[in-house]
Amino acid sequence: MEERWSTEHVLSLAPDPASQKAAGKLSGPAPWSSAGTGRGALWGLCKGSGSTPYRTAVELGTPAYKCSCPSRKFPCKHAVGLLLLWASGPEAVAPAAEPPDWVSEWLNGRSQAAADKAVKQQAKAADADPEASRKRAAKRSARVAAGALDLRLRLADGVRRGLADPLPAGAWDEVAARMVDAQAPGLAARVRALADTPQDALLEEFAMLHLLAGAYGRIDTLPEELAATVRTRVGFTTDAAELLAGPTVRDRWQVLGSRDTADERLTTRRVWLRGAKTGRDALLLAFGRPGQAPDLALPTGRLLEADLAFHPGARPLRAVLGTRYGSPEPAPVAVPAGLSPAEALAGYGTAVAEDPWLDSWPAVLADVVPVLTPDGWQLTDGRGTLPVRRGALADAALWRLASVSAGHPVTLFGECGHAGFTPVTAWDAEHRPVGLG
Amino acid sequence: MTPVTGDQWADLQGAALLGTDRRPLPEPGSPLAASVDRTEPATALLDLAALAAVRRRAGALPAPAVDTPAPAPDDTRPALPELAARRLAVLLGTRGGHGSTANLAELLPQWLAVARAHGYRLPPALVPALLDAARARSELRADAVALAGPLGRWLAPQNPDWRYVTRTATDPDGLDRPGELLWQEGLFAERVTHLTGLRRTDPAAGLALLASTWATERAEDRVLFLDALQDGLSGADEEFLEAALGDRSKNVRATAAELLSTLPGSALAARMADRARAVVRHDGGRLHITPPTACDAAMQRDGIPVKSPTGRGERAWWFGEVAAAAPLTVWTADTGLTPEQLLAVPTVDADGDGGGAEWAEDLREAWARAAVRQQNADWARALLGAPPRPGRESRTPGAPAKLLAVLSPAERASWTAAFVQTHGLGDAFQLLGACATPWTPPLSTAVVAALKRAAELGSYPWSHSGVLGMTERALAPETAPAVEALAADTSPDTAWADTFTRLAGTLRFRQAMLGELTAG
Repeated sequence: MEERWSTEHVLSLAPDPASQKAAGKLSGPAPWSSAGTGRGALWGLCKGSGSTPYRTAVELGTPAYKCSCPSRKFPCKHAVGLLLLWASGPEAVAPAAEPPDWVSEWLNGRSQAAADKAVKQQAKAADADPEASRKRAAKRSARVAAGALDLRLRLADGVRRGLADPLPAGAWDEVAARMVDAQAPGLAARVRALADTPQDALLEEFAMLHLLAGAYGRIDTLPEELAATVRTRVGFTTDAAELLAGPTVRDRWQVLGSRDTADERLTTRRVWLRGAKTGRDALLLAFGRPGQAPDLALPTGRLLEADLAFHPGARPLRAVLGTRYGSPEPAPVAVPAGLSPAEALAGYGTAVAEDPWLDSWPAVLADVVPVLTPDGWQLTDGRGTLPVRRGALADAALWRLASVSAGHPVTLFGECGHAGFTPVTAWDAEHRPVGLG
Repeated sequence: MTPVTGDQWADLQGAALLGTDRRPLPEPGSPLAASVDRTEPATALLDLAALAAVRRRAGALPAPAVDTPAPAPDDTRPALPELAARRLAVLLGTRGGHGSTANLAELLPQWLAVARAHGYRLPPALVPALLDAARARSELRADAVALAGPLGRWLAPQNPDWRYVTRTATDPDGLDRPGELLWQEGLFAERVTHLTGLRRTDPAAGLALLASTWATERAEDRVLFLDALQDGLSGADEEFLEAALGDRSKNVRATAAELLSTLPGSALAARMADRARAVVRHDGGRLHITPPTACDAAMQRDGIPVKSPTGRGERAWWFGEVAAAAPLTVWTADTGLTPEQLLAVPTVDADGDGGGAEWAEDLREAWARAAVRQQNADWARALLGAPPRPGRESRTPGAPAKLLAVLSPAERASWTAAFVQTHGLGDAFQLLGACATPWTPPLSTAVVAALKRAAELGSYPWSHSGVLGMTERALAPETAPAVEALAADTSPDTAWADTFTRLAGTLRFRQAMLGELTAG
């Protein structure tokens, strides 16, 4: 049987706080009838204000949702409420041998659609005209190269005139727009960020951009992995299906943590994994439109046997999830082994030596105490101290960390980098993971 | 973190700030830097900076250890059951943490009170959200601070938002009782809290503490400190209170008098009893009323104001004050009648012109005040009268909710249930508020039936919004099936159907919530 999820995990699927509240009210048995679970799915009828109850179903693997309610929120409060009810215990939603017809039809439709998609993709790959796509790629490379050269000149202009002379407002936006035109969104994003960079940090950002644009200018001379890193950072993307067609790494991946960030266009979920056999770190990304939760749901602390395909690069981290072998199960050792602050920082240093643009690298810190000092939050193990990266976490999350620690050493997973440590997950005294995102 | 040294970063930074047009390029500091092409100074500066930046990032070292505070004391209470912890997370809305929907916010106080009564320890990850919630809602503070326990008191001094925690009284047993120092140097609220706590455990010590600084306290503080003596009030406090009758502040005098009047056997109570006997005489099956003709210095010293704040006639005002401050035992002991019998005795004006029925109302009013002040259940019961029955109109004068509060919870509930059956919910808000939660099954049934009648009569649910809000908090969970039946019977897509569906949902939620807390 599918392992039940924690309330926190279910709530993380809700698109916004209002939906969490609304779902919380539907998390009791009262509005539900004919609820059941089986075939990796969950279903029930939810009484609303109308005379016909809504039909709500959740496919737990992906997860995917279906509901007959008119809400544009996705997943809707009924789906999240049903998951909450199910998460509350086995007596709440009884296992059933066979789902009702309306659920079976939906599930069958989904697996049919997935099969169709795979067929289409194969057909597409076979149909593609290799000559035309080679030409397209060459054209884009030339545009990006021109953009990168332009950027180098702009940066050099800046240090010739002096960074103490601020550029007129909007100047960087204009340069960013040129980078977008040059089909280099990675450069554009870094340029846009310059507008908010404090003066004393400007030279470092200039230098790293200069290095990146210069590296693209001579990308043909770089080792293959480093060239891939440069291309990714400049803004070339790799198709997930293409990656999965290549080499994959099968392992039992422990979910170390996840964090959602949102801007007005996109919700981004990051899920960090570590291979039990290979010890490799991996980062999965999933995206959702505003108002929709990203469709990747992996509970922190669980172990998932699966194939991962890593994006190529000098220091591969980002990966896509391929075939899963079974459902996530509890990890045999709940708390991962960790490093001292000095070791974690050295690990980041090693990674930076391979990919100089890395801002941070995943790390588990062992036995650190969070301390609030006049210089902000610090993590110390009694020998060395790392600052918590400023602005990386909301105050509420930092207080949650302080509360979980209560002044005692804790194991902490996060991103360790040159600007400090960004906590993602802490393990409490009962060895349960607490998400700090 | 400690950046690597010897990388000329400051020189590079200086040149970049002023510009390579004005500043020379720094000399290379390493063999790698020496290999940089220096033909174009701006490009060379960026190359050098890139080398140095990557070197800095790759070579950064941790800062030395910082001092760590002493950890929070251990909390030996049993852990909150897992399901209850999840429920609390939902109630607090830890994810997002924005404004709450009405009924979840209504249920949080109940959850906290029940969890506190069970003496659970909360999962630490939820404690900050709870402290934040109680910061915004002061009615949650006592339970929140008690539940947060040693961890909460350890966290609070670190976050200015949680300063209230140290000022909130939690346990009468005092886990970390502040002492003499707090009394001498604490904030006013902390001192009141401390005094109240001390009065509950050791009234004599509390009195001694207050007496030690009494002369130097400000008048407005003296009033509130005196109020704190209500806890553990006894004959031992009389001397102090008698002295306070001579206080410079009128409010202090009035408060001292009120406390003394509730102290059976006090000299003030005896003086008031004498005055009461002088104004009311029981004779020949009547109560003869002679209102006082003056408010002399002694009466004023005993807390009777010369003038009515609402502008009542002087003699009627003095009469009411005397009758309300006299020990209720005077009336029963002197006449040998029960409160019920006394309430039935007609009043006459002692001046003998046959009038005086209007005194009956003043006397009832005074007895009602006395019953509340002296917490006398026999009198409160008599004044409330028999629970109203259908078809028999009977109203209680004064403030029935206050009288009701004097009775035992069971009596309160059954009286209110009878009231609701007869009069509906229109005037029941305060009475229901005086009943203990959750309501008893009979009271709950009466309220559900009254709601049903209101729906049938076609009134709007929002005209009962006050009672409905209370109902969500207080209705007995056993009533859920009845409310669900009501929701099913009401024509769909109407405001009442929504109201009943919501109410049923809330009841189920509460039932589950309370069940989880007892399951541990």
